[in-house]
Amino acid sequence: MKYVLSKKEQKNLLRIIIALCAFAIIFAVDKSINLAAAVGGSLGWLLPFFLYLGVYLTIGYDVLWNAVRHIGRGQFLDENFLMCIATLGAFALAITRGIGGLDAEGFDEACAVLLFYQVGEFFQNYAASKSRKSISALMDIRPDSANVIRDGAVQTVDPSEVGIGETILVNPGERIPLDGVCVKGTSSLDTKALTGESLPRAIETGLPVISGSVNLTSQIEVRVEKEFYDSTVSKILDLVENASDKKSKTENFITKFAKYYTPVVVALAILLAIIPGAVTREWAVWGYRALSFLVVSCPCALVISIPLSFFAGIGAASKYHILIKGSDYLERFDKANIFVFDKTGTLTKGNFAVVDVCPAERRNEILELARIAEQGSSHPIALSIISEYNNQVGDGETECDKCDGFTVTDISGKGVLATNGATEILCGNEKLMNEFGITFVKSDKVGTVVYVAQDGQFAGSVTIADELKEETPSVIKQLNDMGARTVMLTGDNDEVAGEIARRAGVSEYRASLLPADKVDEAEKLIAGKNKKDYVCFTGDGINDAPVLMRSDIGVAMGAIGSDAAIEAADIVLMKDDLSGLPLAKRIARKTMRVVYQNIVFSLVIKAAILILSAVGLTNMWIAVFGDVGVAVIAILNAMRVNGKYKAQKQIKCKSAL
Amino acid sequence: MKKVFRLQDLDCANCAAKMERAINKLDGVQSATVNFMSQKMTVEADDSRFCEIIDEIEKVCKRIEPDCRIIR
Repeated sequence: MKYVLSKKEQKNLLRIIIALCAFAIIFAVDKSINLAAAVGGSLGWLLPFFLYLGVYLTIGYDVLWNAVRHIGRGQFLDENFLMCIATLGAFALAITRGIGGLDAEGFDEACAVLLFYQVGEFFQNYAASKSRKSISALMDIRPDSANVIRDGAVQTVDPSEVGIGETILVNPGERIPLDGVCVKGTSSLDTKALTGESLPRAIETGLPVISGSVNLTSQIEVRVEKEFYDSTVSKILDLVENASDKKSKTENFITKFAKYYTPVVVALAILLAIIPGAVTREWAVWGYRALSFLVVSCPCALVISIPLSFFAGIGAASKYHILIKGSDYLERFDKANIFVFDKTGTLTKGNFAVVDVCPAERRNEILELARIAEQGSSHPIALSIISEYNNQVGDGETECDKCDGFTVTDISGKGVLATNGATEILCGNEKLMNEFGITFVKSDKVGTVVYVAQDGQFAGSVTIADELKEETPSVIKQLNDMGARTVMLTGDNDEVAGEIARRAGVSEYRASLLPADKVDEAEKLIAGKNKKDYVCFTGDGINDAPVLMRSDIGVAMGAIGSDAAIEAADIVLMKDDLSGLPLAKRIARKTMRVVYQNIVFSLVIKAAILILSAVGLTNMWIAVFGDVGVAVIAILNAMRVNGKYKAQKQIKCKSAL
Repeated sequence: MKKVFRLQDLDCANCAAKMERAINKLDGVQSATVNFMSQKMTVEADDSRFCEIIDEIEKVCKRIEPDCRIIR
């Protein structure tokens, strides 16, 4: 994406270029033939003075003007004012030299300080607005208008004017402005901007549509179910736009530091001018050193590069459909080293499926018996048997001819009995088999085992289990390799949980938990951790909002459409893909590394300049180069965060084990 | 009441921090954040005097950063 400079910036850039050229020419001529000497006489210094003054005013008139305005308002420690003092002071020193008959020099310095100060300012503005733009472009999902059908006519209005229950028309190519339900037409929706899912989602009458997705193929009518402010798209935009409001500890430290930095440096400058000056009587030397102090008194490089780094980190994450709600969470997520997962829907797909039929050679027959017995049930286990039979045996046929004539009796807590008078099918758990005195082969498979018997004879067993997501083992391995503890919470019994934990590779698991127990378990982990440990809970947002809130960092995944999860979580993986977790971790790690680099680098350089100027080893040139240079390098470093994160680079957590 | 305002021509990160501190000290302001990166200000203040408070805030901002305008 190309970034276009605003009018103001263009004007500024032009001014800087003109001033730089003029400065370069005057400087070159002055250094080669010495303008003052060329004119000669006691007033020779006036020529370079006026030339440099011209450049100075071109580049600095606004700084001077701002300084005057700020003084009028009592803002003495304003950076404009300090810059003016430093440069005007340098001019004054040069003028005294000129009048005193010494070599006319020092005008160039005063001019250069302001020139490079402006270059630095320009660069800071450019960097800040560029990253601002790149993030808003990423989140370019804001719908401009809605076509609402009122009194039979289509009106184009602002999405916020549409009420619940109204019907809107969405043409192909348009963005869905509000959440609702499709009431007419079939189409497919591109939800890539929201979920990162590249396959279009098919939409037909009765299905919900999410605002922010793009209608691809044909016109649909949507009954609005949520007002604009409540719709997915405005929730997400809100979240991204306000993300940098929640400031991290580091940011707060920097602003606090900046609060004291300027007054301290200015005070030191005054002391430096007065005390050694009074002792040695070399006022010009110490005055000059004090002015160098003022050049580095602005903490802006630091103040801007830190939030910029966080901002870039949040932006980089949003590129990968990871929403981080604030720099605070980015900082904490970097420290997270205890990862707690809800099993169902997070580590596993959350849909039960038949994983095994025993004995395998009678597979179809057993499934058919089970299908007949489970015909009327809506229990997830029954549903998975029915769908397995329909898809694998019945060729996708959903009707069940063989089911006719069977009466099904529910034997509570044990299973079902189906009979048509001639034949009797039993389908259920071990208790059911025991109750009817059937000798059965106990299955050693892990999962929920359903035993099937026909006319008092054991037929076989069907094992149903939740499937692990494809990416789960590799994600858990990455987290384990980082040195993190991985804990799985589940409602399954110990045996099933143990098997899934082994396959997923988690280091610990807690089994047989009721939904309410999960909060307790998370509480226990939080209470039992060391001070340096951070607990990150990842869930699908269904029923686990309390845990999301309670943990140090709550991550909700695949949360589009689940408002509670978006609200409760600190990080939202919009794509239902666990691999967002190590990726977010890498982004957080890089951001924090850049943040610390910038802090240390800026502080060290500033301190070095201050010390060297105090002992007179530098001049103003070096001071201003150091100052602006640090700002530019820190900003470039910050922008590095918003790069690509493809490679599966390995990082280390501070160990929690 | 909590409200978000856009800030135009907020050019200096340090000024944003100064503004935030000054606004938080105003009477009736519960919390305020001035966000340099998103060029926005979030203010939470007493409902009854909200408009007055915003006028106050405008004055404070003018003093710190004369170019910066609050868009309401």
